[in-house]
Amino acid sequence: MPAPLPPKSPEDPLRWGPSFPAAARETLTNGQLRANLAHATRTIRDKRLRVTGELGDWEALREAGAAIKADAMARLPELLVELEEKVTARGGVVHWARDAHEANQIVTELVQATGEREVVKVKSMATQEIGLNEHLESQGITATETDLAELIVQLAGDQPSHILVPAIHRNRSEIREIFRERMGQVPAELTDEPRVLAMAARAYLRERFLAAKVAISGANLAIAQTGTVAVFESEGNGRMCLTLPQTLITVMGIEKVLPTFRDLEVFTQLLPRSSTGERMNPYTSMWTGVTPGDGPQAFHLVLLDNGRTKALADDVGRQALHCIRCSACLNVCPVYERTGGHAYGSVYPGPIGAILTPLLRGTGTGELDPNDPSASLPFASSLCGACYEACPVKIDIPTVLVHLRERVNSAQRRRGPTAWGLAMSAAGAAMSNGHVFGAGERAARVLRPLARDGQITSLPGAGAWTDGRDLPQPPRETFRQWWDRTHTTPTGAGPADASHAGPARTEEA
Amino acid sequence: MRIAIFPTCLDDAMFPQAPAATVRLLERLGHELVFPRGQACCGQMHVNTGYYDKAVPVIRNHVRAFEPVLAGEWDAVVAPSGSCVGSVRQQQAMVAEREGDPALARTAAAVAERTYELSELLIDVLGVTDVGAWFPHRVTYHPTCHSLRLLKVGDRPLRLLRAVGGIDLVALPEADQCCGFGGTFSLKNSATSVAMVADKARHVVSTGAEVVTAGDYSCLMNIGGRLSREGTGVRTVHLAEILAATVDEPWQAPDGPAVRGDGVGAPVGEPIPGGGR
Repeated sequence: MPAPLPPKSPEDPLRWGPSFPAAARETLTNGQLRANLAHATRTIRDKRLRVTGELGDWEALREAGAAIKADAMARLPELLVELEEKVTARGGVVHWARDAHEANQIVTELVQATGEREVVKVKSMATQEIGLNEHLESQGITATETDLAELIVQLAGDQPSHILVPAIHRNRSEIREIFRERMGQVPAELTDEPRVLAMAARAYLRERFLAAKVAISGANLAIAQTGTVAVFESEGNGRMCLTLPQTLITVMGIEKVLPTFRDLEVFTQLLPRSSTGERMNPYTSMWTGVTPGDGPQAFHLVLLDNGRTKALADDVGRQALHCIRCSACLNVCPVYERTGGHAYGSVYPGPIGAILTPLLRGTGTGELDPNDPSASLPFASSLCGACYEACPVKIDIPTVLVHLRERVNSAQRRRGPTAWGLAMSAAGAAMSNGHVFGAGERAARVLRPLARDGQITSLPGAGAWTDGRDLPQPPRETFRQWWDRTHTTPTGAGPADASHAGPARTEEA
Repeated sequence: MRIAIFPTCLDDAMFPQAPAATVRLLERLGHELVFPRGQACCGQMHVNTGYYDKAVPVIRNHVRAFEPVLAGEWDAVVAPSGSCVGSVRQQQAMVAEREGDPALARTAAAVAERTYELSELLIDVLGVTDVGAWFPHRVTYHPTCHSLRLLKVGDRPLRLLRAVGGIDLVALPEADQCCGFGGTFSLKNSATSVAMVADKARHVVSTGAEVVTAGDYSCLMNIGGRLSREGTGVRTVHLAEILAATVDEPWQAPDGPAVRGDGVGAPVGEPIPGGGR
């Protein structure tokens, strides 16, 4: 049974739907989704390991990436002002947007001023985050996504489920059906062969590229020193969007600014190897303001906050702003691999989404309503650490997750006691005193009669565990008791009896 | 050396065979073991679940119990758990600092420097890889996430296992993937956790091993719980138990007779002929 798709136009693309555990219970039932994801993520992660392993200085590059980002975040206001000055000096126009609403309004007015009703888009997380396409549509403007996977998602009326591979949850026969139903002008013999599908999309998109007067892009990075903006992509659609139209509107999260042109050296190596497992990405487009007679003659840069300064105010969480949206953490995450991206209910799924979404919404600064579904995201991880190991800019996602759990619990506590809080208090009292703990563990032996063959298959109140796993029978003798039996002197001067078989599990006769 | 045992709260209460085996092994190697009785827990569960304030008294108690290592009463502290040693090393001082107790943070950091996971202690501190163990069974090894990524123990456990007499060590597919335990994650996101451990159990069964081992009974409790639920017959045995087993004192199932490798009392299947060294 396929899991239900998310709403076509969630009210807030940054966070829609139920809490993570509830959404995951739905998506986990979708065997096709899990098979698609397991295959796709394994392919990408094997490729990434191969190409990062080729570089002798990969760890030094990660360190450099983290250091440049930390420096940029530490002086973000001055870098943004410098960026604005340089872009303006080169003939661009800079706009500042506090939130999604302001950004959508600015872009809509810019498009309306051109008199156009059709725009082409190069894949952009920032415009996904603010729901720009839906807003433009409500104002009578049609935005066509030109990235192949993004186009699939758009035609399906779906939401992306991966940062880099937004249609990762779709297989090729599903894609053929989407094209047949929604593209309008597909060849009669459309098969599910990848090349055939790609050619159909190519023909469909080419018409739009050649007609477009306005393009909208995101930005992978921008250089404060020169006012240069850059987009990294693989299909060439970005190059078309960035060069053919007369007007280019770029929406960029304020955290994407880098201090100097030289910093590019680090990120042009880190990004493609981490995201697609390629040594270098096929198309790196960089532009600085406008150039008379060449490319777009009007360039607008919209600098988007939308919660980023809230994240910046969190001393532990701010490192989430170092993210370069490579999605390496998604591809190594065992939780993402099984639940898929939609369970996170955000355009930012996976481990980075689990910290970025609540941070943008204010968890780190304590502004988040604990009933907000974002509050469940920091708990959507087993803390296995694979994401931290993979991250090209060394974002310590596990530590930020734990930190945000603390922030969520603190916000909840201010509203009254919770069952988990009370349980943790009781456990804390027992676990900070050896005598109390020893008494408690002896008391746990009351559970022994529930076991058959050493295992407890059902324990009232422990359904979350025993629904899918057995629980071992508590031992007859704890370690403390074994120690007392075998080591009499308190300084542990040696065993007091010859029995060294270990603690007994069998019942006394 | 004089070594203090930190059995961890979970093992003390539920899996005493792991710290007991650690004690027996280290005593066999000629060391003196001490059990600081005031200890209870390192605070990992509270920290990872996001209750820093409630973790502080737990951390304080742990640090107080093991502080004598700083005065030279013992040479080291050892635990049969990568996860708990990871918490001691990576979390205790950080949480104490954040909760406004820098003095506790300093002491915790100093104690952490003297606290070792079993494979680290054996190889790095005691300089021994072949501990003279005998374990004639087909075994597969799961590297737990925290020993792998928090402690970076690398292949130390495998080096110890390869030196065990009679063992038939087989590689576990997708070994580096998390088993899905994650402490309270297994309860708060139980459906996802079960999906993860079901895959881990499938990989374990695919090896044909009688025994899956690891350096942490928390992960083994999860994997073993699934292996048992599926009726696979595969056993979970801690690395310390394997290293503590010898020809004269063979590994003994906590609920069964001694297993000498001649098939008598073997937990499942027959030992692999000609396996190991």
